[in-house]
Parts: sequence; C-alpha cells; structure tokens
Amino acid sequence: MQIGLEHYLAVAAVLFTLGIFGIFLNRKNVIVILMSVELMLLAVNINLVAFSTHLGDMTGQVFAMLVLTVAAAEAAIGLAILVVYFRNRGTIAVEDINLMKG
Amino acid sequence: MIIQTIAFYAFAAVTLISAFMVIAARNPVHSVLYLILAFFNSAALFLLMGAEFIAMILVIVYVGAVAVLFLFVVMMLDINLAELRQGFLKYLPIGAAVGLVLFAELMLALGAWVVAPGAKGAIAANQAALAKTSNTAAIGKVLYTDYFFLFQASGIVLLVAMIGAIVLTLRQRAGVRRQKIGDQIARTREEAVTVVKVPVGGGI
Repeated sequence: MQIGLEHYLAVAAVLFTLGIFGIFLNRKNVIVILMSVELMLLAVNINLVAFSTHLGDMTGQVFAMLVLTVAAAEAAIGLAILVVYFRNRGTIAVEDINLMKG
Repeated sequence: MIIQTIAFYAFAAVTLISAFMVIAARNPVHSVLYLILAFFNSAALFLLMGAEFIAMILVIVYVGAVAVLFLFVVMMLDINLAELRQGFLKYLPIGAAVGLVLFAELMLALGAWVVAPGAKGAIAANQAALAKTSNTAAIGKVLYTDYFFLFQASGIVLLVAMIGAIVLTLRQRAGVRRQKIGDQIARTREEAVTVVKVPVGGGI
C-alpha cells in the first residue's frame, strides 16, 4: 500500500488533537501546556511539509522553517516568563495566574 | 515500497504514542523526554517525505535547543508533583469532547480534499524539476530569493526573543559579594594605606 499525502495529514491531525487535549487536561502545569503548544506546531509543520513534498513546491518547507523559528522564540520567552513567575509566586498552576484580574 | 510503508507506520505510531505520553506522564521530566522522542520520530517522518533539510533542522532546533530548554526549566523549578495531577480527571470529559469534535472536523476536511484535476500536470512538472537538485539546494534557491525578507524577519524574531529572555530572567540579588573591577581600579594609595609611627616598645 502506497503511503500518500493523506497518511501524513492523518498523523498531523491526531497530533494536533493530542495537543489540544493536553492543554485541557493539564490545568495545573504550565510547562506541559507549553509542550502541548509545541506538539501542535509540530503537527502544523508536518502538514506544511507533507503538502510541500506532495505538490513539489518548496514554499511549504520554507514556511515550516519559519514556524520552527517562531516556535523556538515562543518557547524561550514562555519559559523565561514562567521562571520569573515561579520566582515571584512559587507556583505554576494556571488557576493561580490571576494577577491581572480586576 | 513495503519497507517505506512499514517505516511510516512505525514512526507514526511511536510519534503519536509518545505525544500522548507527553500529556499523560506523571512526571514533567518524563514528559520532556517523550517530547524528544516525538521530535525524533517526526524528523524520521520528514525524511520519509523527502524533506531532509527540515528533518535535520528539526532535530537540531527542537531536540538540541527547545527540549533541552524545557528540561532545564523543569529541573530548575521545585514543583510539587502530587499537586500537579489534581483536576486531571475533572477536565478529562470536556477535554475529550473538544478533542473529538476537533478531530472529527479535521477528518471531514481531510476526506473532502482533492487535488484539482487541472493541477496534476503542474505537480508532475514541479516534481521533475525538484528531482534534479538536492532538497537543501532547492530550499536555498527559494529562501534566499523570494523569501529573503521573511528570512531576515525571522532572524529579528530570534534576536528579540533572546534579548527578551535575558531581560526577563536577569536579576541583581542583594547580599551577593561580587568582584567590582571599577572600585578596585579606582582605589588610591591614600585611602588604602596609612603610615603609622610606632613608638618603640609601645605597639599600636
């Protein structure tokens, strides 16, 4: 059986769903939520590269690299904010992050 | 061709299982290690697709930088593991419902998608043109011409992220003794040394 575009798209769809699921499930741990966001970006990358190789258009792979760049920057900034927050409050639970609430 | 099929199913299965373990693992350190496994296996999927450059970049950037950053932060923060798991089952139904709805939508979109009949010839021509050069050369030809400004902008994004991370986490702690080179150099002989006339037999 030939492995085609649909197989990769199905894998990416399951991966994206797992990312969403992880955000809902881990309400006490911001680190796992950030990891779920990374999983979702990985699913997007799989979609981009699958279409790129299937259609023979390199633009998809260039955009996958840009998504990779933004994912790295997002992880760095998110974890830096997390470290500062933990230093000030001593917790990383999502429910406790309500300083900006009026 | 059978080898490719087996490899695809093996890599896809390990990717999805380790992605599930990322969100289900009890210990955040295990989550990070499963995340690394998922990244490695999706890099192998990229290799199967024929995108070698992206696969290697994925290993270098995600495994080498992002996952190690996660590992550092997980190990640096002193987190109560038992407290983290509270509410896991409470949010399971709503999470499963949203996930299932989204998955059904994605599958519907996937099932309805077809290549336009007129585009088949153009795709074949594109594939033939790409087969002449290596994947890396083909990316370079597009990235440094058509998308050069995007390339530069992504460099600026990384620079801003780097400065932002440093600014956020840098702190000056009070009560830490550090070497102050400016003060050391500014010391003069007058304030450092006093000449005392010691009387004989008297001491200071």
